[in-house]
Amino acid sequence: MKLPARFRPVLFIVLLLVGWQVAIDRHPAQILPGPIAVASGIVDLLRHGILFKYIVASLFRVTWGFSLAALLGIPLGLMLGWFQRGEMAFYPLIQIFRPISPLAWIPIAILWFGVGDSAAIFLIFVGCFFPMLLIAMTAVRNIPSIYINAGRNFGLSSSEFVTRVLYPAVIPQLLVGLRITLGIAWLVVVAAEMISVNSGLGFLIVDARNAGNRYDLVVAGMVIIGIIGLLLDLAMRSLENVKSFHWSSSEE
Amino acid sequence: MSLAEVAKNPAGTGQKLKLQHLGMVYGQDAESVPVLEDINLDVSDGEFVCIVGPSGCGKSTLLNVMAGFLPATAGTVTIDGEVVTGPDPRRILVFQERGVFPWLTVEGNIGFGLSKLTREERRQRIAHYVQAVRLQGFEHVYPSDLSGGMKQRLQVARALAVNPDILYLDEPFGALDFVTRVIMRGELHRIWQTERRTILFVTHDIDEAVQLADRVVVLSSRPARIQDILTIDIPHPRNISSPRYLQLRDDFFFWRNPVAGRDSSGPSSQQQPCWRYGISPFSGRPPRSFRRRLA
Repeated sequence: MKLPARFRPVLFIVLLLVGWQVAIDRHPAQILPGPIAVASGIVDLLRHGILFKYIVASLFRVTWGFSLAALLGIPLGLMLGWFQRGEMAFYPLIQIFRPISPLAWIPIAILWFGVGDSAAIFLIFVGCFFPMLLIAMTAVRNIPSIYINAGRNFGLSSSEFVTRVLYPAVIPQLLVGLRITLGIAWLVVVAAEMISVNSGLGFLIVDARNAGNRYDLVVAGMVIIGIIGLLLDLAMRSLENVKSFHWSSSEE
Repeated sequence: MSLAEVAKNPAGTGQKLKLQHLGMVYGQDAESVPVLEDINLDVSDGEFVCIVGPSGCGKSTLLNVMAGFLPATAGTVTIDGEVVTGPDPRRILVFQERGVFPWLTVEGNIGFGLSKLTREERRQRIAHYVQAVRLQGFEHVYPSDLSGGMKQRLQVARALAVNPDILYLDEPFGALDFVTRVIMRGELHRIWQTERRTILFVTHDIDEAVQLADRVVVLSSRPARIQDILTIDIPHPRNISSPRYLQLRDDFFFWRNPVAGRDSSGPSSQQQPCWRYGISPFSGRPPRSFRRRLA
Protein backbone atom coordinates (compact mmCIF):
# COMPACT_ATOMS: atom_id res chain seq x y z
CA MET A 1 0.00 0.00 0.00
CA LYS A 2 1.34 3.40 -0.93
CA LEU A 3 0.80 6.35 1.37
CA PRO A 4 0.46 9.87 0.02
CA ALA A 5 3.76 11.71 0.45
CA ARG A 6 2.60 14.06 3.15
CA PHE A 7 1.55 11.24 5.46
CA ARG A 8 4.91 9.57 5.38
CA PRO A 9 6.56 11.84 7.98
CA VAL A 10 3.53 11.31 10.21
CA LEU A 11 3.84 7.57 9.86
CA PHE A 12 7.52 7.79 10.75
CA ILE A 13 6.74 9.78 13.88
CA VAL A 14 4.10 7.26 14.88
CA LEU A 15 6.63 4.47 14.45
CA LEU A 16 9.11 6.30 16.65
CA LEU A 17 6.46 6.84 19.33
CA VAL A 18 5.58 3.16 19.27
CA GLY A 19 9.27 2.26 19.54
CA TRP A 20 9.63 4.67 22.47
CA GLN A 21 6.64 3.16 24.26
CA VAL A 22 7.84 -0.40 23.68
CA ALA A 23 11.31 0.44 24.96
CA ILE A 24 9.86 2.07 28.10
CA ASP A 25 7.61 -0.93 28.74
CA ARG A 26 10.47 -3.41 28.44
CA HIS A 27 12.75 -1.39 30.69
CA PRO A 28 10.51 0.37 33.19
CA ALA A 29 13.29 2.13 35.19
CA GLN A 30 12.57 5.82 35.75
CA ILE A 31 14.71 7.29 32.98
CA LEU A 32 12.05 8.81 30.81
CA PRO A 33 8.25 8.73 30.80
CA GLY A 34 6.67 7.00 27.84
CA PRO A 35 4.57 8.74 25.20
CA ILE A 36 1.31 7.60 26.76
CA ALA A 37 2.29 9.08 30.11
CA VAL A 38 3.28 12.31 28.40
CA ALA A 39 0.00 12.46 26.50
CA SER A 40 -1.99 11.96 29.66
CA GLY A 41 0.20 14.64 31.25
CA ILE A 42 -0.86 17.07 28.54
CA VAL A 43 -4.49 16.14 29.09
CA ASP A 44 -3.97 16.73 32.81
CA LEU A 45 -2.59 20.20 32.15
CA LEU A 46 -5.46 20.97 29.81
CA ARG A 47 -8.01 19.84 32.36
CA HIS A 48 -6.58 22.09 35.04
CA GLY A 49 -6.59 25.03 32.61
CA ILE A 50 -2.90 25.59 33.17
CA LEU A 51 -1.65 24.80 29.70
CA PHE A 52 -3.29 27.64 27.81
CA LYS A 53 -2.55 30.09 30.57
CA TYR A 54 1.12 29.19 30.45
CA ILE A 55 1.31 29.22 26.66
CA VAL A 56 -0.26 32.67 26.58
CA ALA A 57 2.14 33.88 29.27
CA SER A 58 5.15 32.65 27.30
CA LEU A 59 3.90 34.06 24.01
CA PHE A 60 3.20 37.37 25.70
CA ARG A 61 6.83 37.70 26.82
CA VAL A 62 8.17 36.59 23.48
CA THR A 63 5.97 39.07 21.65
CA TRP A 64 7.23 41.96 23.75
CA GLY A 65 10.89 41.05 23.81
CA PHE A 66 10.98 40.16 20.15
CA SER A 67 9.02 43.21 19.00
CA LEU A 68 11.17 45.59 21.02
CA ALA A 69 14.32 44.03 19.62
CA ALA A 70 12.98 44.28 16.07
CA LEU A 71 11.71 47.83 16.50
CA LEU A 72 15.03 49.04 17.86
CA GLY A 73 17.44 46.68 16.15
CA ILE A 74 16.20 46.94 12.56
CA PRO A 75 16.23 50.75 12.14
CA LEU A 76 19.48 51.04 14.04
CA GLY A 77 21.05 48.25 11.99
CA LEU A 78 19.87 49.79 8.73
CA MET A 79 21.38 53.11 9.73
CA LEU A 80 24.68 51.60 10.81
CA GLY A 81 24.84 49.60 7.61
CA TRP A 82 24.21 52.66 5.49
CA PHE A 83 26.65 55.01 7.16
CA GLN A 84 30.04 53.38 7.04
CA ARG A 85 31.43 55.36 9.94
CA GLY A 86 28.66 54.16 12.19
CA GLU A 87 29.45 50.63 11.22
CA MET A 88 33.14 51.12 11.85
CA ALA A 89 32.41 52.49 15.30
CA PHE A 90 29.86 49.92 16.42
CA TYR A 91 30.86 46.72 14.67
CA PRO A 92 33.50 45.59 17.22
CA LEU A 93 31.15 46.38 20.11
CA ILE A 94 28.35 44.39 18.54
CA GLN A 95 30.65 41.48 17.92
CA ILE A 96 31.65 41.48 21.58
CA PHE A 97 28.08 41.63 22.88
CA ARG A 98 26.62 39.16 20.43
CA PRO A 99 28.33 35.99 21.66
CA ILE A 100 27.37 36.67 25.29
CA SER A 101 24.60 34.19 26.01
CA PRO A 102 21.35 35.85 27.07
CA LEU A 103 21.52 33.59 30.13
CA ALA A 104 24.61 35.44 31.28
CA TRP A 105 22.40 38.51 31.60
CA ILE A 106 20.05 36.85 34.09
CA PRO A 107 21.63 38.29 37.26
CA ILE A 108 21.73 41.75 35.75
CA ALA A 109 18.17 41.42 34.47
CA ILE A 110 16.99 40.56 37.97
CA LEU A 111 19.09 43.34 39.46
CA TRP A 112 17.54 45.90 37.11
CA PHE A 113 13.98 44.67 36.80
CA GLY A 114 13.46 42.42 39.82
CA VAL A 115 11.73 39.09 39.47
CA GLY A 116 8.88 39.32 36.98
CA ASP A 117 7.80 39.77 33.40
CA SER A 118 10.08 42.69 32.65
CA ALA A 119 13.20 40.71 33.48
CA ALA A 120 12.12 37.89 31.15
CA ILE A 121 11.23 40.34 28.42
CA PHE A 122 14.59 42.04 28.85
CA LEU A 123 16.41 38.73 28.46
CA ILE A 124 14.52 37.95 25.26
CA PHE A 125 15.25 41.44 24.03
CA VAL A 126 18.97 41.03 24.66
CA GLY A 127 18.95 37.66 22.93
CA CYS A 128 17.23 39.02 19.84
CA PHE A 129 18.61 42.53 19.59
CA PHE A 130 22.21 41.85 18.55
CA PRO A 131 21.46 39.25 15.88
CA MET A 132 18.73 41.52 14.50
CA LEU A 133 21.09 44.48 14.43
CA LEU A 134 23.75 42.50 12.64
CA ILE A 135 21.34 41.08 10.09
CA ALA A 136 19.93 44.52 9.30
CA MET A 137 23.45 45.90 8.90
CA THR A 138 24.46 43.12 6.56
CA ALA A 139 21.24 43.46 4.62
CA VAL A 140 21.99 47.08 3.82
CA ARG A 141 25.57 46.36 2.92
CA ASN A 142 24.47 43.58 0.58
CA ILE A 143 22.13 45.73 -1.49
CA PRO A 144 23.52 45.45 -5.02
CA SER A 145 25.09 48.77 -5.95
CA ILE A 146 23.12 48.63 -9.19
CA TYR A 147 19.85 49.20 -7.30
CA ILE A 148 21.36 52.09 -5.39
CA ASN A 149 22.76 53.65 -8.55
CA ALA A 150 19.50 53.15 -10.41
CA GLY A 151 17.65 54.80 -7.55
CA ARG A 152 20.01 57.76 -7.59
CA ASN A 153 19.80 57.98 -11.36
CA PHE A 154 16.06 58.55 -11.32
CA GLY A 155 16.43 61.52 -9.03
CA LEU A 156 14.71 60.24 -5.89
CA SER A 157 14.71 62.34 -2.74
CA SER A 158 16.24 60.77 0.36
CA SER A 159 12.89 59.73 1.82
CA GLU A 160 11.72 58.34 -1.51
CA PHE A 161 14.99 56.47 -1.78
CA VAL A 162 14.45 54.83 1.60
CA THR A 163 10.86 53.78 0.92
CA ARG A 164 11.23 52.79 -2.72
CA VAL A 165 14.71 51.27 -2.96
CA LEU A 166 16.31 50.65 0.42
CA TYR A 167 13.29 49.14 2.15
CA PRO A 168 12.18 46.76 -0.61
CA ALA A 169 15.77 45.73 -1.22
CA VAL A 170 16.40 44.64 2.37
CA ILE A 171 13.00 43.06 3.07
CA PRO A 172 13.88 39.51 2.03
CA GLN A 173 16.95 39.40 4.27
CA LEU A 174 15.10 41.05 7.13
CA LEU A 175 12.39 38.40 6.94
CA VAL A 176 14.99 35.68 7.23
CA GLY A 177 16.48 37.58 10.14
CA LEU A 178 13.12 37.87 11.86
CA ARG A 179 12.58 34.17 11.52
CA ILE A 180 15.94 33.36 13.03
CA THR A 181 15.51 35.78 15.93
CA LEU A 182 12.01 34.58 16.66
CA GLY A 183 13.55 31.15 17.07
CA ILE A 184 16.09 32.62 19.48
CA ALA A 185 13.33 34.40 21.40
CA TRP A 186 11.50 31.14 21.84
CA LEU A 187 14.67 29.48 23.12
CA VAL A 188 15.38 32.27 25.57
CA VAL A 189 11.89 32.57 26.99
CA VAL A 190 12.02 29.05 28.42
CA ALA A 191 15.32 29.72 30.16
CA ALA A 192 14.14 33.10 31.43
CA GLU A 193 10.94 31.63 32.84
CA MET A 194 12.84 28.99 34.76
CA ILE A 195 14.43 31.67 36.86
CA SER A 196 12.61 34.94 36.96
CA VAL A 197 8.86 34.25 36.89
CA ASN A 198 6.24 31.79 38.04
CA SER A 199 4.20 31.18 34.96
CA GLY A 200 4.89 30.08 31.40
CA LEU A 201 6.18 26.92 29.80
CA GLY A 202 9.69 27.25 31.20
CA PHE A 203 8.26 27.60 34.69
CA LEU A 204 6.02 24.59 34.03
CA ILE A 205 9.05 22.40 33.45
CA VAL A 206 10.96 23.54 36.52
CA ASP A 207 7.83 23.47 38.65
CA ALA A 208 6.88 19.95 37.56
CA ARG A 209 10.27 18.69 38.61
CA ASN A 210 10.49 20.61 41.88
CA ALA A 211 6.93 19.93 42.97
CA GLY A 212 7.03 16.15 42.74
CA ASN A 213 9.33 14.84 40.06
CA ARG A 214 6.46 14.80 37.55
CA TYR A 215 8.68 13.96 34.59
CA ASP A 216 5.64 13.24 32.46
CA LEU A 217 4.78 16.93 32.79
CA VAL A 218 8.39 17.94 32.12
CA VAL A 219 8.39 16.08 28.82
CA ALA A 220 4.86 17.31 28.08
CA GLY A 221 6.16 20.87 28.47
CA MET A 222 9.06 20.12 26.14
CA VAL A 223 6.72 18.69 23.51
CA ILE A 224 4.44 21.73 23.70
CA ILE A 225 7.45 24.07 23.38
CA GLY A 226 8.61 22.18 20.31
CA ILE A 227 5.22 22.26 18.65
CA ILE A 228 4.70 25.97 19.28
CA GLY A 229 8.22 26.74 18.03
CA LEU A 230 7.41 24.85 14.86
CA LEU A 231 4.16 26.78 14.40
CA LEU A 232 5.94 30.12 14.89
CA ASP A 233 8.52 29.16 12.30
CA LEU A 234 5.83 28.11 9.84
CA ALA A 235 4.06 31.43 10.34
CA MET A 236 7.24 33.36 9.59
CA ARG A 237 7.90 31.21 6.55
CA SER A 238 4.49 31.92 5.14
CA LEU A 239 5.32 35.61 5.43
CA GLU A 240 8.40 35.04 3.30
CA ASN A 241 6.27 33.57 0.58
CA VAL A 242 4.34 36.76 -0.04
CA LYS A 243 5.09 37.51 -3.68
CA SER A 244 6.47 41.03 -3.49
CA PHE A 245 8.55 40.04 -0.45
CA HIS A 246 10.30 36.98 -1.70
CA TRP A 247 11.84 38.30 -4.88
CA SER A 248 15.42 37.62 -3.89
CA SER A 249 15.40 33.86 -3.91
CA SER A 250 14.03 33.63 -7.42
CA GLU A 251 16.26 36.36 -8.76
CA GLU A 252 19.64 34.96 -7.90
CA MET B 1 19.68 67.30 -39.86
CA SER B 2 19.72 63.82 -41.26
CA LEU B 3 21.48 61.05 -39.46
CA ALA B 4 24.11 60.79 -42.13
CA GLU B 5 24.92 64.43 -41.68
CA VAL B 6 25.09 64.05 -37.94
CA ALA B 7 27.45 61.19 -38.40
CA LYS B 8 29.68 63.12 -40.74
CA ASN B 9 29.60 66.23 -38.67
CA PRO B 10 29.84 65.03 -35.11
CA ALA B 11 31.06 68.33 -33.75
CA GLY B 12 28.32 70.18 -35.55
CA THR B 13 25.72 72.58 -34.31
CA GLY B 14 23.68 70.23 -32.14
CA GLN B 15 26.48 69.40 -29.77
CA LYS B 16 25.24 67.47 -26.77
CA LEU B 17 28.06 66.06 -24.74
CA LYS B 18 31.65 67.15 -24.47
CA LEU B 19 34.50 65.41 -22.67
CA GLN B 20 37.54 67.55 -22.05
CA HIS B 21 40.83 66.09 -20.87
CA LEU B 22 38.91 63.62 -18.79
CA GLY B 23 41.05 61.58 -16.45
CA MET B 24 40.30 59.11 -13.71
CA VAL B 25 42.61 57.63 -11.11
CA TYR B 26 41.42 55.06 -8.60
CA GLY B 27 43.00 54.97 -5.17
CA GLN B 28 45.57 57.30 -3.72
CA ASP B 29 49.31 57.86 -3.72
CA ALA B 30 51.39 54.76 -4.18
CA GLU B 31 48.44 52.47 -4.79
CA SER B 32 46.76 54.64 -7.36
CA VAL B 33 45.62 53.07 -10.60
CA PRO B 34 45.12 55.37 -13.56
CA VAL B 35 42.06 54.22 -15.49
CA LEU B 36 41.25 57.02 -17.90
CA GLU B 37 43.73 59.41 -19.42
CA ASP B 38 43.04 62.56 -21.37
CA ILE B 39 39.76 61.56 -22.98
CA ASN B 40 38.42 64.19 -25.38
CA LEU B 41 35.18 63.59 -27.21
CA ASP B 42 32.31 65.54 -28.70
CA VAL B 43 28.96 63.88 -29.19
CA SER B 44 26.22 65.62 -31.08
CA ASP B 45 22.52 65.53 -30.34
CA GLY B 46 20.82 62.33 -31.44
CA GLU B 47 24.06 60.57 -32.24
CA PHE B 48 24.66 56.87 -31.58
CA VAL B 49 28.20 56.41 -30.35
CA CYS B 50 29.70 53.05 -29.45
CA ILE B 51 32.67 52.79 -27.15
CA VAL B 52 34.78 49.69 -27.62
CA GLY B 53 37.95 48.59 -25.92
CA PRO B 54 39.64 45.66 -24.28
CA SER B 55 37.87 44.28 -21.25
CA GLY B 56 38.95 45.93 -18.04
CA CYS B 57 40.21 49.00 -19.88
CA GLY B 58 37.84 51.39 -18.19
CA LYS B 59 34.88 51.55 -20.56
CA SER B 60 32.42 51.19 -17.72
CA THR B 61 34.34 53.70 -15.63
CA LEU B 62 34.11 56.17 -18.49
CA LEU B 63 30.37 55.61 -18.71
CA ASN B 64 29.95 55.99 -14.95
CA VAL B 65 31.90 59.23 -15.01
CA MET B 66 29.80 60.56 -17.87
CA ALA B 67 26.62 59.58 -16.03
CA GLY B 68 27.82 61.38 -12.90
CA PHE B 69 28.15 58.32 -10.66
CA LEU B 70 31.91 58.73 -10.31
CA PRO B 71 33.65 62.07 -10.04
CA ALA B 72 36.44 62.47 -12.56
CA THR B 73 39.85 63.19 -11.10
CA ALA B 74 40.75 65.42 -14.04
CA GLY B 75 38.89 67.23 -16.78
CA THR B 76 35.17 67.78 -17.19
CA VAL B 77 32.06 66.28 -18.67
CA THR B 78 29.80 68.94 -20.14
CA ILE B 79 26.25 68.32 -21.31
CA ASP B 80 24.45 71.15 -23.08
CA GLY B 81 27.10 73.50 -21.74
CA GLU B 82 26.49 72.38 -18.18
CA VAL B 83 29.17 70.56 -16.18
CA VAL B 84 28.03 67.17 -14.87
CA THR B 85 28.32 66.88 -11.09
CA GLY B 86 26.08 63.91 -10.30
CA PRO B 87 23.47 61.53 -11.63
CA ASP B 88 20.45 63.13 -13.19
CA PRO B 89 17.18 61.69 -14.53
CA ARG B 90 17.86 63.45 -17.82
CA ARG B 91 20.60 60.94 -18.42
CA ILE B 92 19.91 57.32 -17.61
CA LEU B 93 22.42 54.52 -17.32
CA VAL B 94 21.30 51.05 -18.38
CA PHE B 95 23.24 48.25 -16.73
CA GLN B 96 24.45 45.00 -18.17
CA GLU B 97 22.16 42.83 -16.05
CA ARG B 98 20.07 42.83 -12.90
CA GLY B 99 19.31 46.48 -13.38
CA VAL B 100 15.53 46.16 -13.01
CA PHE B 101 13.99 46.20 -9.56
CA PRO B 102 12.92 42.64 -8.77
CA TRP B 103 10.30 43.81 -6.28
CA LEU B 104 8.33 45.70 -8.91
CA THR B 105 6.27 44.38 -11.79
CA VAL B 106 6.99 45.39 -15.38
CA GLU B 107 4.55 48.24 -14.96
CA GLY B 108 6.05 49.27 -11.64
CA ASN B 109 9.55 49.29 -13.08
CA ILE B 110 8.63 51.42 -16.08
CA GLY B 111 6.73 53.79 -13.82
CA PHE B 112 9.58 53.97 -11.30
CA GLY B 113 10.83 57.39 -12.35
CA LEU B 114 7.37 58.83 -13.01
CA SER B 115 6.10 59.60 -9.52
CA LYS B 116 5.81 63.30 -10.33
CA LEU B 117 3.31 62.68 -13.12
CA THR B 118 -0.44 62.49 -12.57
CA ARG B 119 -1.94 59.04 -12.45
CA GLU B 120 -3.38 59.33 -15.94
CA GLU B 121 -0.17 60.62 -17.50
CA ARG B 122 1.75 57.87 -15.81
CA ARG B 123 -0.62 55.23 -17.08
CA GLN B 124 -0.28 56.51 -20.65
CA ARG B 125 3.50 56.76 -20.46
CA ILE B 126 3.75 53.22 -19.11
CA ALA B 127 1.43 51.89 -21.80
CA HIS B 128 3.45 53.66 -24.49
CA TYR B 129 6.74 52.16 -23.40
CA VAL B 130 5.34 48.72 -22.73
CA GLN B 131 4.39 48.85 -26.38
CA ALA B 132 7.70 50.36 -27.49
CA VAL B 133 9.71 47.47 -26.08
CA ARG B 134 7.04 44.90 -26.95
CA LEU B 135 6.22 43.69 -23.48
CA GLN B 136 2.45 43.78 -23.96
CA GLY B 137 0.76 41.16 -21.86
CA PHE B 138 3.57 41.19 -19.28
CA GLU B 139 2.53 44.37 -17.47
CA HIS B 140 1.85 42.60 -14.18
CA VAL B 141 4.69 40.10 -14.32
CA TYR B 142 7.66 40.25 -11.97
CA PRO B 143 11.17 40.33 -13.46
CA SER B 144 11.97 36.89 -12.08
CA ASP B 145 9.47 35.51 -14.57
CA LEU B 146 11.00 37.35 -17.54
CA SER B 147 13.76 36.14 -19.83
CA GLY B 148 17.12 37.92 -19.92
CA GLY B 149 16.27 39.75 -23.12
CA MET B 150 12.92 40.90 -21.74
CA LYS B 151 14.60 42.23 -18.61
CA GLN B 152 16.97 44.29 -20.70
CA ARG B 153 14.09 45.63 -22.77
CA LEU B 154 12.34 46.47 -19.54
CA GLN B 155 15.40 48.36 -18.36
CA VAL B 156 15.52 50.33 -21.59
CA ALA B 157 11.81 51.09 -21.27
CA ARG B 158 12.24 52.28 -17.68
CA ALA B 159 15.05 54.53 -18.83
CA LEU B 160 13.17 55.94 -21.82
CA ALA B 161 10.01 56.53 -19.79
CA VAL B 162 11.56 59.45 -17.89
CA ASN B 163 12.33 61.13 -21.20
CA PRO B 164 16.10 61.38 -20.90
CA ASP B 165 18.25 63.25 -23.43
CA ILE B 166 20.99 60.71 -23.17
CA LEU B 167 21.01 56.96 -22.68
CA TYR B 168 24.18 55.36 -21.45
CA LEU B 169 24.20 51.65 -22.12
CA ASP B 170 26.82 49.55 -20.36
CA GLU B 171 27.16 46.36 -22.38
CA PRO B 172 23.41 45.98 -22.18
CA PHE B 173 23.30 42.81 -24.25
CA GLY B 174 26.55 41.32 -22.99
CA ALA B 175 24.87 38.70 -20.84
CA LEU B 176 22.44 37.53 -23.51
CA ASP B 177 22.75 34.62 -25.89
CA PHE B 178 23.74 35.26 -29.48
CA VAL B 179 20.33 35.15 -31.10
CA THR B 180 18.71 37.34 -28.46
CA ARG B 181 21.58 39.78 -28.80
CA VAL B 182 21.03 40.14 -32.53
CA ILE B 183 17.31 40.68 -32.01
CA MET B 184 17.94 43.21 -29.26
CA ARG B 185 20.26 45.20 -31.51
CA GLY B 186 17.48 45.48 -34.02
CA GLU B 187 15.04 46.53 -31.31
CA LEU B 188 17.41 49.13 -29.90
CA HIS B 189 18.04 50.57 -33.33
CA ARG B 190 14.33 50.76 -34.03
CA ILE B 191 13.74 52.51 -30.71
CA TRP B 192 16.60 54.90 -31.36
CA GLN B 193 15.15 55.82 -34.74
CA THR B 194 11.70 56.51 -33.33
CA GLU B 195 12.70 58.11 -30.04
CA ARG B 196 15.70 60.13 -31.17
CA ARG B 197 17.89 60.07 -28.10
CA THR B 198 21.62 60.46 -27.87
CA ILE B 199 23.05 57.05 -27.10
CA LEU B 200 26.45 56.10 -25.74
CA PHE B 201 26.83 52.39 -25.93
CA VAL B 202 29.71 50.48 -24.36
CA THR B 203 30.46 47.08 -25.82
CA HIS B 204 33.34 44.75 -26.49
CA ASP B 205 31.54 43.28 -29.48
CA ILE B 206 32.96 44.81 -32.67
CA ASP B 207 30.07 43.58 -34.79
CA GLU B 208 27.61 45.15 -32.44
CA ALA B 209 29.43 48.46 -32.65
CA VAL B 210 29.69 48.46 -36.43
CA GLN B 211 26.05 47.47 -36.82
CA LEU B 212 24.64 50.10 -34.51
CA ALA B 213 26.85 53.14 -34.28
CA ASP B 214 27.26 56.36 -36.19
CA ARG B 215 30.73 56.53 -34.75
CA VAL B 216 32.85 54.07 -32.83
CA VAL B 217 35.29 55.26 -30.21
CA VAL B 218 38.18 52.86 -29.73
CA LEU B 219 39.86 52.84 -26.34
CA SER B 220 43.29 51.48 -25.57
CA SER B 221 43.96 49.13 -22.70
CA ARG B 222 44.40 50.63 -19.25
CA PRO B 223 44.86 53.50 -18.75
CA ALA B 224 42.29 54.06 -21.46
CA ARG B 225 42.97 56.70 -24.04
CA ILE B 226 41.02 57.29 -27.18
CA GLN B 227 42.95 55.44 -29.78
CA ASP B 228 40.76 56.11 -32.71
CA ILE B 229 37.31 57.29 -33.68
CA LEU B 230 35.77 55.61 -36.68
CA THR B 231 32.81 56.93 -38.57
CA ILE B 232 30.51 54.19 -39.77
CA ASP B 233 29.11 55.65 -42.96
CA ILE B 234 26.87 52.77 -43.97
CA PRO B 235 23.18 53.67 -44.23
CA HIS B 236 20.64 51.70 -42.24
CA PRO B 237 19.49 48.97 -42.47
CA ARG B 238 23.04 47.78 -42.61
CA ASN B 239 23.85 44.85 -44.78
CA ILE B 240 26.30 42.86 -42.74
CA SER B 241 27.72 41.10 -45.78
CA SER B 242 28.33 44.22 -47.83
CA PRO B 243 31.98 44.84 -48.74
CA ARG B 244 31.99 48.18 -46.94
CA TYR B 245 30.71 46.59 -43.73
CA LEU B 246 33.27 43.83 -43.84
CA GLN B 247 36.02 46.31 -44.59
CA LEU B 248 35.09 48.50 -41.64
CA ARG B 249 34.90 45.50 -39.38
CA ASP B 250 38.27 44.25 -40.49
CA ASP B 251 39.69 47.66 -39.81
CA PHE B 252 38.98 47.02 -36.17
CA PHE B 253 40.53 43.63 -36.11
CA PHE B 254 43.70 44.62 -37.87
CA TRP B 255 44.03 48.11 -36.74
CA ARG B 256 44.01 50.07 -39.92
CA ASN B 257 42.59 53.51 -39.78
CA PRO B 258 40.05 53.87 -42.56
CA VAL B 259 39.82 57.62 -42.17
CA ALA B 260 43.43 58.32 -42.86
CA GLY B 261 43.68 55.27 -45.03
CA ARG B 262 46.93 54.32 -43.41
CA ASP B 263 48.12 50.89 -42.55
CA SER B 264 49.20 51.22 -39.00
CA SER B 265 52.32 49.27 -38.33
CA GLY B 266 50.75 48.77 -34.93
CA PRO B 267 50.60 51.02 -31.96
CA SER B 268 52.92 50.39 -29.08
CA SER B 269 52.36 47.00 -27.56
CA GLN B 270 50.76 48.52 -24.49
CA GLN B 271 48.13 50.20 -26.62
CA GLN B 272 47.08 47.33 -28.79
CA PRO B 273 43.42 46.53 -28.65
CA CYS B 274 42.89 43.22 -27.00
CA TRP B 275 40.68 41.65 -29.62
CA ARG B 276 43.72 41.39 -31.74
CA TYR B 277 44.68 38.60 -29.41
CA GLY B 278 41.56 37.83 -27.52
CA ILE B 279 38.15 37.83 -29.05
CA SER B 280 39.15 38.04 -32.67
CA PRO B 281 37.36 35.41 -34.75
CA PHE B 282 40.77 34.49 -36.11
CA SER B 283 41.86 33.13 -32.76
CA GLY B 284 44.70 35.49 -32.16
CA ARG B 285 46.54 35.59 -35.42
CA PRO B 286 44.98 36.69 -38.66
CA PRO B 287 44.80 33.99 -41.34
CA ARG B 288 47.60 33.95 -43.85
CA SER B 289 45.77 35.87 -46.54
CA PHE B 290 45.12 38.71 -44.14
CA ARG B 291 48.63 38.68 -42.84
CA ARG B 292 49.84 39.22 -46.34
CA ARG B 293 47.49 42.11 -46.64
CA LEU B 294 48.86 43.62 -43.49
CA ALA B 295 52.45 43.21 -44.55
